[in-house]
Formats: sequence, structure tokens, C-alpha cells
Amino acid sequence: MWKTLRQIARVGIITETPAPVDETLRVRDELQAQILAILGRALCIRAVDAGSCNGCELEIHALNNPIYNIEGLGIRFVASPRHADMLLVTGPVSRNMELALRQTYAATPDPKLVVAVGDCGCSGGIFGEGYASRGRVANVIPVDVAVPGCPPSPGRILTGILTAIAAQRGAAVSTA
Amino acid sequence: MALEDWFAPATALPGAAGVRTRRVSSGQWLQAAHDFAAANGRLLALWASGAPGAGSVRAALAANAGVLVTELPLSAAGYPGLGDVFPAAGRMQRAVFDLNGAVCTDADRRPWLRHAAWPADFHPLQDGVPAPEAEPLRHDDYAFVRVEGEGVHEIPVGPVHAGIIEPGHFRFSVVGEKVLRLEERLGYTHKGIERRFTEMPLLEAHRLAARVSGDSAAAFSWAYAQALEGLAGIEAPVRAAWLRALCLELERIANHLGDLGALGNDAGFAFGLAQFSRLKEQLLRANEQAFGQRYLLDTIVPGGLRADLEPSGTACLRGCVAGIAAELPRLREVYDEQAGLRDRFVGAGRVPAQLAQRLGLCGLAGRASGQAFDVRVDVPCVPYGELAARRCGSTDGDVAARVTVRFEELCESFRLVQCILDGLPSGVHRIAVPLPPAGGLGLGLIEGWRGPVLLALEPGAGGAIRRCHPHDPSWQNWPVLEHAIIDNIVPDFPLINKSFNLSYSGADL
Repeated sequence: MWKTLRQIARVGIITETPAPVDETLRVRDELQAQILAILGRALCIRAVDAGSCNGCELEIHALNNPIYNIEGLGIRFVASPRHADMLLVTGPVSRNMELALRQTYAATPDPKLVVAVGDCGCSGGIFGEGYASRGRVANVIPVDVAVPGCPPSPGRILTGILTAIAAQRGAAVSTA
Repeated sequence: MALEDWFAPATALPGAAGVRTRRVSSGQWLQAAHDFAAANGRLLALWASGAPGAGSVRAALAANAGVLVTELPLSAAGYPGLGDVFPAAGRMQRAVFDLNGAVCTDADRRPWLRHAAWPADFHPLQDGVPAPEAEPLRHDDYAFVRVEGEGVHEIPVGPVHAGIIEPGHFRFSVVGEKVLRLEERLGYTHKGIERRFTEMPLLEAHRLAARVSGDSAAAFSWAYAQALEGLAGIEAPVRAAWLRALCLELERIANHLGDLGALGNDAGFAFGLAQFSRLKEQLLRANEQAFGQRYLLDTIVPGGLRADLEPSGTACLRGCVAGIAAELPRLREVYDEQAGLRDRFVGAGRVPAQLAQRLGLCGLAGRASGQAFDVRVDVPCVPYGELAARRCGSTDGDVAARVTVRFEELCESFRLVQCILDGLPSGVHRIAVPLPPAGGLGLGLIEGWRGPVLLALEPGAGGAIRRCHPHDPSWQNWPVLEHAIIDNIVPDFPLINKSFNLSYSGADL
């Protein structure tokens, strides 16, 4: 036990401050005031991989590491869409996942936000549209914020999440 | 017949070292599989090109004697299934039917990659077939195997899971909390990668190869480059080969660190996740400084590397990897001494060596169950022969063994990274790639962090791609997970699943 504690003490607190919101990522402008009134700054996210290559999942995972420390901002990932305020959706939406994504969206209580993550989620990316792919997430469910990148860095994903819940355009998000 | 007799009349394939090919009759197709199985060989991949009557089906068989690709012309009557010899062939053959429309003689004819999104008579890899109109959305009515008996009930899980992981469906048949049977239903991330390859130029499709499974970008893009360079009749500069090995080992280190943290977390030890994910982040940042890419996507390109490694990048990687290597023994000691972790790891999800051999478990998970095969050691390409990569392994076959193999492979990768940085040859990092002639087959074979990654490439006319089959080792290992969970309890499934950490996208394509 003391080895564990000593290691924790040795590392200390290494969390970095996130970047401010970026309004250029916003693609839809509804709900924010309502969301903020209901949620304050506690946010529950359900991550949905709708057909990605798993690169974006690696960066979403990284948000949980102590350097980005997303839980320190009051944001956490939950196990069911019924517990979620936001869907974080990756991938081109594969035809085999389309129904599951629609059902997940329907199961998420209103008011809800959707952040599309990665080039594929934003535009279909390198996979595009085809017999097995519906392309971008917005082809299947409404998207509020889209974060491009292949994959986008954890910092950019965090900016996208914070942008989605920022009360007004240009509002700074306190990370205290 | 002895394996030498299969190899003698075979011709060398362009690409990976030590791979040969020969056309076979349907009797030989089956006999070759039997002979390789009898020599403790394994099936690396099975795929088809074209349609029945015009195309062929191929099997890549590996044994100590080398790798042989058998090619059987596809008749309208179908081809002999290899499922009895290599159980892992089953899903590959079902995918061959979905994609190419070629039937085999094995009994399980259920669709695999096709769910309900496109009509059963559409086979996307038949030449020149237009994509059909979208089918109306409906549930996929898949014929799961039912387990009957008093007190047996089913637990369906997925495709959307509780964690941040890829989609797939697991059907557990349980009594109480004990698992009698698990049946996987995958294919949810099938996005038509193989058909997409045929729409891309040969010299650009390494970008698609890198995105077959994002966590194995270096392995797949190297395999693609290896196949293409072989077909073009060139060899990447030796400096590029060393840098590619550097990328591959960095990818292995990043994934093993991530898995060790996640395995601790799944056993209720959040300290592990915090510590290992911190080390992984350090490495990703060093990757970004050295190569401009956290996950080394598009770093390996045909002809060499996208950009050379500068002295500042060398210093950054050297410092970062040495730092991680210095911390690892401390963390390993904590993992070894944590009674709670040992309790969850030891004995969970055991795959005995004999079962692993029979089912063809490969790569990292295979090495934890006594299956020694490692491309870097057994059929090494430059520079692995010179680096003398060491084999790691265990015969315990449980979660604890897969943790141990990860720790040991980390140490070996630290050593390899140091050797590469110390001995990095000078010279150019990239040369031009001439367009290969149409026809023929090139093969890439690389030991990714998860296991052997194979890529088969057939060039078309004018710099097009006729066929590209990227093959992730998850194809072989997913079915073994169904055996690993038997008699374990349902709550241990996430831990056991994570200890394999297989790719959905890599096998769904």
C-alpha cells in the first residue's frame, strides 16, 4: 500500500487547463441556455461509436487521463443513454449501426446535445458514403457541434464539448 | 505430404520475406490445410477476389517452414471449407460469401458482415456491381444458437456498450451468473473498406490502410507499403525500414500501456488507469513532437516515411521511452503485490495451450497461451533480423498471463527502441515508388501490437487497386474469446474481454 501512496505523491497533480470554447465548431444553435439552466456544469456523456476506426475512441479515452482530467470539470461518461445529457458520436455511421444510433438518440432524455467527433463524424471522412456507410453523423441524427480531426486531439474534443454547453456565444468557461 | 513439398513448386510472392504461393486444386486446397495443421501451423487469413467463375479464394498458411498462400480458382459450385481444420476459417468464409458471393461446403452459412442493410444478392466485391438502393431500416434477425435447459436464460449486450468501446453484440447464455455459452455477433462497424480500396489510387490508399484499425495504424500502413513496394520492385531505404520498426514498437508500447491501465481499472484499481494512462499520454506527446502524429497515422508511406526523424525528435523519444522504462518496474511491483488484482487476474478467462493451438489463437493473446509465433522472430523483415527481437510468452493462458506478456513485451520494446535510436542508419528516408504493372499479388506481413497483420494487394491497370484485403488478427482471436469466458461469471467478462482487447473495426472492415 505504501508503494501505491508513494507513487501517487511522487506524481502529484498534473492536470492541465483546457482551452477556451471555440464557436467555429458550432453547427446548430438551440438548447444551450436551457441545458445550462437544468444541468449547471455537471454533464453526463454517452459515447457512441457508430462505425469508427477506433482512433477517435483512443482520444476520448485520453480525456479520462489525469492530464486532461475531464471528471475534474464535472463531466463524466455514463453507461446508458438514459443517463446522458450529451451523445459524443464517432465514425462514419455504418449502415449496420444506423438503427442502434437512432435508438440511442431516442433513448436520451430531452434536452440533449450531440457532438460529432472526427473527420468521419463531420463529413464521412476517408470512408465516405457507400453501400455500408451513411457518412457523417448529421445524415442520421441532429448534430450541435462537430469537431474535425483524424483523430482530433483530446484538447479539441474537450473544446467541442465545452462549446456545446457554453451558455452564449463567446462565453468563457470557468474551469475552477 | 511434408511442408517442403508444398513449398518447393511454389513461387515467391512480392512483399514480405519468405512468403510463397501456388495454385491448387480443391483436393490440394484441403490437403495443404491439413498438412499445415499437422505441423502445428496456423491460418493467417482467408479471402477471395472476384466472383464465382472468375475469381479465386486464397488461404495464407504459416508454419515454421514459412508462409504459403494457396490459391484456388472459384467455381460456381463453391469451394471446400477449412472450418474443420482451422476453426477460425468459419467467419472468414462467411464474410467471403457476403462480399464475393462464393459459397463453401461448411455447414454454417449464416451471414456475417451483412446484417439487414443491403439485399442478400448484393455482393460488394464482385467486379463492377453497382451499389443497391438503401434498404428500409429493420432489425437484423440473426439465428443465435439457443442453449436450452432448466434455469438457462440469455443476456443480450450491445451493440452499444456501457464503456467507451466499439460496437458489437454479445449473447450470453447463463445459469445464475455462470456463463454456459457466449455467442458474438459482430460486423456493426462494417463500412465497406475493401470496396472503398478499389475506388482509391494505389499510391494513396495507405491512408485507408492506416484507418482499418486506428490503434494499429503503423502495422497496417507498413504492411500496405511492404506489399506495394514488393509489387513495384523496389525496397524502402534502410533508414526508413529502421524508422518503421521504431513506429511499430512505439505503437506497441502505447497500446500495452493503455491496456495495462484499463485492466487495472476493470479490476477496480483506478490507480492503475491513472498511472498507465499518464505514461501513455507522455509517449503520445513524444510521438507528436518526433513525427507530428500522436498515433503515427500516415507516418509510414509507400517508399519510406512521410518525414525524416530529426535529431530533436530522436532526443525527445529517447528521453521519453527511458523515463517510462524507469517507472515501469515500480508499477509492475504494485500490480504484482496488489492482492485484489491478483484475485481477479489469476485463473480468469483461461485458454489452455492445447485449446489455443486448436483454435489458432495468435499474437499477444496466443503468446500468453503457449503459441510462440511472432512475425518479428519467425519471418523477420529488415531490421528485425539484425535487432534480434526476443520472443515473450507464458503458458498459463489466463488474464494474469496476458498482463505478464504485456509487461514483458513492453520491456523488449523499450530495448528495441533504444537499439533503433542508437543504430539508426543514415541516408534518405523516402524514395519514389514507380507504378507496378496490373495483375499479380503482393503481400505484407507485420507483427502489430495485437498480432500478425496481413495485407494482400492486387494492383489494377493505371495505378488502380483491383483488390486489397487487410487482415487483422482479431479475426482469429474473437472466436477464442467465446471459449475463454465459459464457466467464468458474467461480471468478469469486461476484464477478460479487455485482456484480449480485440479490434471490431479491424475485423468488420
